[in-house]
This record gives sequence, C-alpha cells and structure tokens, in this order.
Amino acid sequence: MKFDPAMLARLQFAFTIIFHIIFPSFTIGLSAYIATLGVMWRWSGREHFHVLMRFWSKIFAVSFAMGVVSGVVMSYEFGTNWSRFSAEVGNVVGPLIGYEVLMAFFLEATFLGVLLFGFNKVPPWLYVLSAVFVAVGTAMSAFWILSANSWMQTPAGYALRDGVAYPTDWLAVIFNPSFPYRLAHMLNAAYLTTAFVVLAVGARYLGAGKFHEEARTMLRMAIGLTVILAPLQLIIGDQHGLNTLEYQPLKVAAMEAHWEAGGPAAFEIFAWPDQAAQTNRFALSIPHVSSLILTHSWDGAVPGLKAVAPAEQPPVVPVFFAFRIMLGIGLFMIAAALYGAFLWWRGVLFETRWYLALMANCWWIGFIAVISGWVVTETGRQPWIVQGLLRTADATSPVPAGSVATTLVLFVLCYGVVFWMGIYYINRLINRGPEPSVTEAEGLANRPLMAGKDALAAGR
Amino acid sequence: MEWYLPVIWAGLIGTAVALYVILDGFDLGIGILFPFAANERERDQMMRTIAPFWDGNETWLVLGGGGLLVAFPGAYAVIMPALYLPVIVMLLSLVFRGVAFEFRTVSYSKTRWSFAFTTGSTLAAFAQGVILGGLVQGIPVSNGAYAGGAFDWATPFALLCGLAMVAGYALLGATFLNMKTEGAVARRAHAQAKPLLFLVLAFMAAVSLWTPLAEPHIAARWFSLPNFYFLWPVPVVTAIVAFLLWRWIGNGREVPPFLAAIALFLLGYLGLVISNFPYLVPPSLSVWDTAAAPASQIFMLLGTLVLLPIILGYIVFVYWLFRGKVREGEGYH
Repeated sequence: MKFDPAMLARLQFAFTIIFHIIFPSFTIGLSAYIATLGVMWRWSGREHFHVLMRFWSKIFAVSFAMGVVSGVVMSYEFGTNWSRFSAEVGNVVGPLIGYEVLMAFFLEATFLGVLLFGFNKVPPWLYVLSAVFVAVGTAMSAFWILSANSWMQTPAGYALRDGVAYPTDWLAVIFNPSFPYRLAHMLNAAYLTTAFVVLAVGARYLGAGKFHEEARTMLRMAIGLTVILAPLQLIIGDQHGLNTLEYQPLKVAAMEAHWEAGGPAAFEIFAWPDQAAQTNRFALSIPHVSSLILTHSWDGAVPGLKAVAPAEQPPVVPVFFAFRIMLGIGLFMIAAALYGAFLWWRGVLFETRWYLALMANCWWIGFIAVISGWVVTETGRQPWIVQGLLRTADATSPVPAGSVATTLVLFVLCYGVVFWMGIYYINRLINRGPEPSVTEAEGLANRPLMAGKDALAAGR
Repeated sequence: MEWYLPVIWAGLIGTAVALYVILDGFDLGIGILFPFAANERERDQMMRTIAPFWDGNETWLVLGGGGLLVAFPGAYAVIMPALYLPVIVMLLSLVFRGVAFEFRTVSYSKTRWSFAFTTGSTLAAFAQGVILGGLVQGIPVSNGAYAGGAFDWATPFALLCGLAMVAGYALLGATFLNMKTEGAVARRAHAQAKPLLFLVLAFMAAVSLWTPLAEPHIAARWFSLPNFYFLWPVPVVTAIVAFLLWRWIGNGREVPPFLAAIALFLLGYLGLVISNFPYLVPPSLSVWDTAAAPASQIFMLLGTLVLLPIILGYIVFVYWLFRGKVREGEGYH
C-alpha cells in the first residue's frame, strides 16, 4: 500500500466516519425506543415505562453529544480532504447535506432540549410529543444524509457542464435509484442495533438480579421487535442487493469474489481473494447458491470482476470479508431473536441463564454489522467517489501527504480519548440503572452534553 | 436572480459567522481567562455562566461551514485545503474543549480538565484568528483550486490575527463575566477588562494599518474618493465605542461594557467586510465566481427561511430563561 495523499485522505475519512456512524446508528434507534416508551407510559399509565424512558434518555444524551461533535468535523472534511468533490458535485450534494445539518440543528435547538431538561417544566403530553419529534427528526437526518450517499452510488437528476454537476430535477436527485433501499436498510439496521443493546442491558440486569420489572420489559420489547426486524432485514438486504446488482454490478462481484461472469455461480462461504492473480486462492463454496441469491434462479448468470481492467476493480478483500461479517451477524441476529421468542413462548425466557449471559455480551454486534455494511458499500464503489462520474483520486484536495498524515494521527489520538471516555460514562450510567424518582430540578437548556454530568455522578 | 442570490447567501453566512464569533467568542474567552482564576471554585462559577449556552453557540459554526459548502462550493473547496492545518486544529480543539467542559464539572481531577478547557479554548481562538488572517492576506488560486503549500498561511500577519483573536475573545469573556457574576470573579474580570481593551485596540490598529499597506486593493477601497467620504465614520465610531467601553468599565457599569465589546467586534468585522467585499477568497474569487447553481441556492434557501427564525427564537428564549447573575456556589448544576 502506497501512502499517497488520496489513500491517506481515504483513511482519514474512513476513520472519522466510522467513529461518527456508531453514534447516529444508536441514537436513531434509541430515540424511537424512547418515544415508544413514552407513548406506552401515557397509554398504560404504568410508571416503569416512564422510569425506563428517563433512563434511556440520559444514555441518548451522551451518545447524541458524541454524534454531534464528530459530525461537526465531517461537515468540514468535505472541504479539507475532498475539495474537488465539493467543487464538482457540490451543487447537487451540498443542499442534501445542508438539509441534514439544518434538521439536526433544528432538532437539537428545540425538542431535544425539552426531552432532556424539560421533564419538570412541561406537561407530560408535550414531553412525550417531544420524544416523538426527536425520533422523527433523527430519522429525517438519516433521510437526507442517505440521500446524499445514495446519489454518490447511483447519481440521477443532474446534468454535467464543464465537469461540474448541476441539478436538473430535485426529486430525481433525492429519490435516486438506490436511495429507498439504502434508507430502509440503514434505518432498520439502526433499530436492530439499538434493540440488541436494549436486549443486552435487560439481560445484564436479570443476570445480576437487579431491576427485575424494567429488565423484563426491556427483554420483551427487544425480542418482540427483533423477531420482526431481523428477518425483515434479510429481505430488505436482498432487495438492496438486487438494486446494487442492477446499478453497481462490480460491487456485487467483489462482495461475492466472483472473477468470471456467468452462471451457475457458487456462493463462497470462505475464500482468500487474490486480486493480483485475479483469482481466489482458496474457496469453500456451495454450488448454485450465489445464482439463487442474486438472480433468484438456479442457474442465473452473475457479473464478474474481470469485465474491467484490474485498476478499475474495487479492492476485493475488504468488500468480500466485510460483507461476510455483516451477513454472519445478520443471520446470528435472526437466530437469537427467534430463539428468544421461542423461550418466551415456552415461558422460560427470564430463567434461561446461558441465553441471558450470551445476549448480555452481544450489545456490540449491531455496530460491527453497520460498520461492515458501510465498508461494503463505500469500498465496493471504488475507484469512484461518485459512481461513473468522479473518481476518488480526482476528488482529493491539493493538500500534501504530510499534512493529511499529521492530522490523521491527531484524529486518532483525540477521538481515542473521547471515545473511551464516552463508552466509560455510558457504561457507568447503565450500571447505575433506572432510578424510580426524579426530584432534583433540572434546567431547560440546549446542551445535550450536559447529561454527561449524570454519567459522572453515577460513578461517584 | 443570478446577481442577488449569492448576495443573499453571503449575507446569511456572514450573519451566521458574526453570530458565531460573538456568541462563542465570550465562552471561548472565559476558557482563555481560566488560568487567572484563584481556584477551582471560581472556575466553577465562571463555567456556570456559560453552561446553558455554549453548545448552542457552537452550532453556528456548523451552519457557517455547512452553508459555505451549500451556497459557495467554489470558495469552500479553496479555503478548506488552503487553511487545512488551522481548520483541523480548530475543530479538534473544539471537540476537546467541549468534552473537557462537561467532564470537568464532576470529575475527580478538576485541574486536569481545567487545563484541557483552557488549552482547547485558546487554541481554537488562535486558530480562528489565523484562519481569518489567512483569508485576508489572500489565497493563491489557479483554475478554481488552491495553488499553494501546506504552510502558506503561516505568515507574521496571520499569527498576529491569531493573537488578536485570543485577546478579543478574552475581552468579550471578561466583560461577560463582569456582567454575569458577583464577588471575586466579577472584580477580577472588571480589573482585566481595561488592559484587555488596550491590547485589543493595539491589535485592531496594527491590523488596520497592516492590511492597506500590504494589500493595495484594500488601500484603494478605503482611501480612494468618493469611498473615503462614506467610510470615514467607521474608524471614528470605533474610537467612540472604545472610549465609551473604557468609561463604562471605569464607572463600574455591568451590562454596557459587554454590549460595547460586542459593538467593537462588529465594527472590526464590518471593516474586514468593507475591505474585501465582494471577494470570498481574496483577492481573486468573488461571491459570484464561487456561488452554487441558482437551483441549489434556491432549494436550500427555502428550508433556511423556514427553520432559521425558529432556531433564533429558541436561542432568545434560552438566554431569557437563564438571565440574571451567577453567584459563587450556586447555579444550574
């Protein structure tokens, strides 16, 4: 690997955005969960829903703050590291990102303040309504940013003049061909990721013999949700894959490590793709299955990487393995959800200790699946930054490699500290657990990071 | 439409940047003044004055940067690579400062987080001054892209602007503390305000003399006729405001010095706008050269016109809610 500025810029962007995506993928799901808890609290009048709502709101606040600070950096990186990208497709992508920023800003400035600090200051219905708006707001933020990303995968609704893209049809830009699939896949992933965190926390409490009522509610809600969403994600993922096959066949070929086009194609359970030799070193495969997955027919023809010169192919190894990690976690989630539902049906869910212990340790799997999925879709698009329109190597800033390398090291150091502090404080909050009554007066403020004080107080 | 849309957007982004400089200015200033406090108890009190506001203040920076990408991608794509290192140092300083801010309040070791808070605030202020100086001194551009090296920004002028920004934010912070606190913290801030004012005036004079001497187009803007007839009030009003600020501090007034410090900042900002308009990337790229397509600017303007008033209204509401003085040992925490 040669450390040219483009490679360093990609590494830096990959590092900062992987760090960033962890928090939105959690807060999108968690805000929906908090809103659900709020609605159930008003609906049933049962206080423990309210206790759980307050508990998860504090964790939400810390995560949201981490998402905000890492998101600020992203909004500048398009210029610092990808200035030619900004100059050439800014007309089209800029407003999509702009709307995302405005939505997040609007959300933070209004409803989040009420949700986090307004508990004693507003009537309960407004408090719950704020939670609903926060959930809608985070999903809207995802809507815009995924629209921007999908446009980079399947650009539409633009005209090219002198190498610069101009919007011709905003609806076609926003609802570009891969957008509905990517949005559904990502939102569902966020909800699944959060459900597995909730499941893990509930399982942890039951295992430790703490907070029985709240823990049971968490387990029931999480399993009830995952038993639907985990299989649904397989269907959405399949549809998303078919869309990718149509618009970005080389990405699919890299996911499957298929060098030769044609059919019937085998599914490689494990292989070691050798891009230099344009073949797989070792392969453990099931015949026909890849044709079945991709074409829904026994002998269907699939694309091969050799359709283009090696320099035009995406890097196969990371795409191939990231796809298998994502798929493996997805299948594990389906099994875990179905088995949990089975235990629940048999009435032994809360007593099956090995299952609770396993789930308590699986809080992280959704995050790994989300990151792997992004590695597949972003690396699989290479060597393009905007598919068929702008190459990654042509999109970088005129900044020397030394500057990019220096700031990359700074990012790793700073984010390393911030990340571990954040995880540490969230863990403290979880260990303290849901607390029944709130007596202290809390101020209304537009400062989500403030909830960090609860995290710190929890450790005292 | 081709003519006035970029002007509207320049106005919007200019307003966002001005709001950012004033609002985040006073809370960064408090970080800069942190080492001069007698103990951590005083620092607690100082922090409480900005506790409900700081991250709302910082979001204007996101609107400034995001807005530049949306409305002037041509300028964004030149400025960010040209000022690469100061921009990233500023961002990381703000991240660190924001985290330090919160973790300090109940940490086992307040001193460590106080140090992080001061360092982050001061570095962020300095980097912002350097960015400003780097812009004003001009950025070499060829074919619409940055055409310089990694350290072109590192001139004596830009470093002077960095120091000026630190001093200016410290003045805003001191007058804010003078207004919002009582007791030892207020007395110290009051004592710091006058020396800081003279420091800021010295920096303003240096920048005001340096820019026309170094940049002929700025000299022509100010000193050619008939421009001079319209522009002479700017330095005169600045001098009057500075005098009033000095008097009000001497008289022990509380609110007026802070307002005068804001006015001083706005006048300095106005001076820079006069020197450089309509150039977003002096000396070559204007707001029209770098504007996004009209369709893009209109599309984004629609959403901004709906959401911006709501955001502004909310900010006014929060400042109103947390009005009044912060005394020692009490507050929002």
